[in-house]
Amino acid sequence: MAPGTAPAALRRRRTRERLRTLGFLSPWLAGFTVFFGYPLVATVYFSFMHYNQIQAPAFVGLRNWKYVLQQMPLFGPALWNTLWLVVVMVALRVAFGIGIGLLVTRVKTGAGFFRTAFYLPYLAPPVAATVVFVFLLNPGTGPVNEALSAVGIDAPNWFNDPDWAKPSLVLLSLWGIGDLMVVFMAALLDVPKEQYEAAELDGAGAFARFRYVTWPSITPIVMFAVVTGVVQTMQYYTQALVAGKLASGVTVGPGSVIQPGYPDHSTLTVPQLVYSLGFQNFNTGAACVLSLVLFAVAMAVTSLLMRRSAGLLTAED
Amino acid sequence: MSRARVPLLLAAGLLLTGCAHPSTGSADDDLGRPVTLKFWHGWSEKKEVAAIDASIARFEKLHPLIKVEATGNVPDSTVNQALRAGGGNAPDVVSSFTTNNVGQYCSTGMWVDLDPFLAKSGLDKSRIFPAPLVRYSAHQGRQCALPLLADAYGLYYNKDAFEKAGIARPPRTMSEFEDAAVRLTQRTKDGSYRQLGFMPDFRLYQNSPDRFFAQWGPRYFDGEGKAMLAREPAAKQFFSFHRELVSALGGYTQLETFRTTFGDEMSSQNAFLTGKLAMHLDGEWRGLMLDEAKPGFRWGTAPLPVPDDRAGTYGRGYLTGTVVGIAHSSRHQNAAWELVKFLTTDTDQVVAFANAIHNVPSTNAALASPKLDRDPAFRTFLDIASHPDSTGMPPSVNGGQYITALQDFGYAVEAGKVRDLDKGLRALDRQIDDDNLQSAN
Repeated sequence: MAPGTAPAALRRRRTRERLRTLGFLSPWLAGFTVFFGYPLVATVYFSFMHYNQIQAPAFVGLRNWKYVLQQMPLFGPALWNTLWLVVVMVALRVAFGIGIGLLVTRVKTGAGFFRTAFYLPYLAPPVAATVVFVFLLNPGTGPVNEALSAVGIDAPNWFNDPDWAKPSLVLLSLWGIGDLMVVFMAALLDVPKEQYEAAELDGAGAFARFRYVTWPSITPIVMFAVVTGVVQTMQYYTQALVAGKLASGVTVGPGSVIQPGYPDHSTLTVPQLVYSLGFQNFNTGAACVLSLVLFAVAMAVTSLLMRRSAGLLTAED
Repeated sequence: MSRARVPLLLAAGLLLTGCAHPSTGSADDDLGRPVTLKFWHGWSEKKEVAAIDASIARFEKLHPLIKVEATGNVPDSTVNQALRAGGGNAPDVVSSFTTNNVGQYCSTGMWVDLDPFLAKSGLDKSRIFPAPLVRYSAHQGRQCALPLLADAYGLYYNKDAFEKAGIARPPRTMSEFEDAAVRLTQRTKDGSYRQLGFMPDFRLYQNSPDRFFAQWGPRYFDGEGKAMLAREPAAKQFFSFHRELVSALGGYTQLETFRTTFGDEMSSQNAFLTGKLAMHLDGEWRGLMLDEAKPGFRWGTAPLPVPDDRAGTYGRGYLTGTVVGIAHSSRHQNAAWELVKFLTTDTDQVVAFANAIHNVPSTNAALASPKLDRDPAFRTFLDIASHPDSTGMPPSVNGGQYITALQDFGYAVEAGKVRDLDKGLRALDRQIDDDNLQSAN
């Protein structure tokens, strides 16, 4: 064997292996580059440009950043509403999902009925579900307020009241809990029965069994539900837009633009503002700034949750 | 080339492909050759579509070499996005149901300047169109649109309710208006409304603040294009009056709750049609709809009232309308101009179209035409359109964004969230200026 042949062969083999690995990875890499990498780079680029989607982009330095962070009065309410929904809606959905999961796994009779009843609303298209909710909760003509009024309860104005609009959206999201119910139901059915039996023999009550048997077993699923919930809620758009628009009763002519967020900007979320700026006002730079802020917040919240100290991940996870 | 430069160049290439400038058209087409024009418009109701189709048929008869492919029910958002995206299927002739976006269309060059075409055809726009209509279809000297029928806003009132309340005629001043609105309001035993004299809330149907504010004849921008609502005494007077009216009629919360019982504006459950409102702000098209719906009461029309200290301007109103233009990407701009010219300046065409869809004609000759509909309810709006003090909204570089800001401010005022009007108006001016600066290239 000539000197140097072995290292050369080794190098060729390593190169082949790398190319093979790259070949297998290439569909993902292509998708990542086209659908994530490029949009992210372009978003950063346009955040420093004035671009109205018809004239050539022009560099404006930090003007878009200053406009969004200092001069746009709707940025504050939109960010606050989005974070409010992230905290309240995600927490309640997870708690309610676990509760419903426990109910449908423990119920002795009619389990099939309950599972179907709780899952079905999730299948309703978001727009249709929101329209129905807004009509049901209409303060003037809705059956919910009529029923509450009949029993002497002074009902709120739901989607027409700035203080109740976000809680009404949370109610809507709890009604469509079917997705989380299925996830938690699977996790709960996966908890070994022997552990419950052992805990019972040790004299553990219902709460102790949940705290020391159920919870440790389902925390990875809770983590999954929280992280996906946070990401989804950061992108919350359709239900808030439809509810606000419908409840406002404002007629929008073919050429007119409606400011989302009725009532009193209480349902305005950052994604609505991104669309409004980018595709109604064609203020691409400012829309990109908002998108980057949203991205940074989503990354920060997810990183916090992924830390072990958040209590949802253990060394084994 | 170093390794580091390759990804950098790739990234630059990708970015540039993302902001390629849409194709631009030309006015070099030969009118002696057959051509097919794409025309996007917003009409969608059966009668309206039939009327615009009949207009196109008349045009094609006059211009046998030009065929028009019309697409209806196209909102401004689609026009805006399609023209920015470019592409071979973009329209040649475009229209908008609102004048709000004219500034945007003109300043970006998305709709081409029509002055060279008008000059080529020997047409003098200041003689053909009423002055407010020329103003609202141009921006900073660039006439990128022409009016294609107009809309005037006035007062619809329930004659039976007026008779019952002992009110002899529609109110002409704001104090008469407030008095009438209160007297026409009837309540049920539990304190809610049976009939409301007038629903002042800005979110009702056509009640946008800019429409009512037109009765004060406000100036929105100064000579340098800066927002001047805080310096315009009419703005404070208008919002103060509005607050007073809301309070006199029962307060914002009660009014808003009552508003949630109203049906859709364009349905048989319209609040004026069902008798829930005795007076109502609306455009001229409502008359045709009321005729067809046959409500159980007699109704009439009148100009909206004016402030007491401007009683001499009674008869004025808010004007807007459909505008039509030529897309920057059209490669058949000469043919497109022939269609625009026919639709907007041919007197017989304008009159026939106005009569068919009950809109206000948009040329001086058509407004004076004896062939115009004689219906007195409709005539009210023709008079409003011809009134020298009637105004539209000034076009702005960012379209209707400043109107949206004004609406938002109006919602906050009526909800009692603006305690200091002066301070609020100054903040509104700042916001409008910031938004305009942000939109300027």
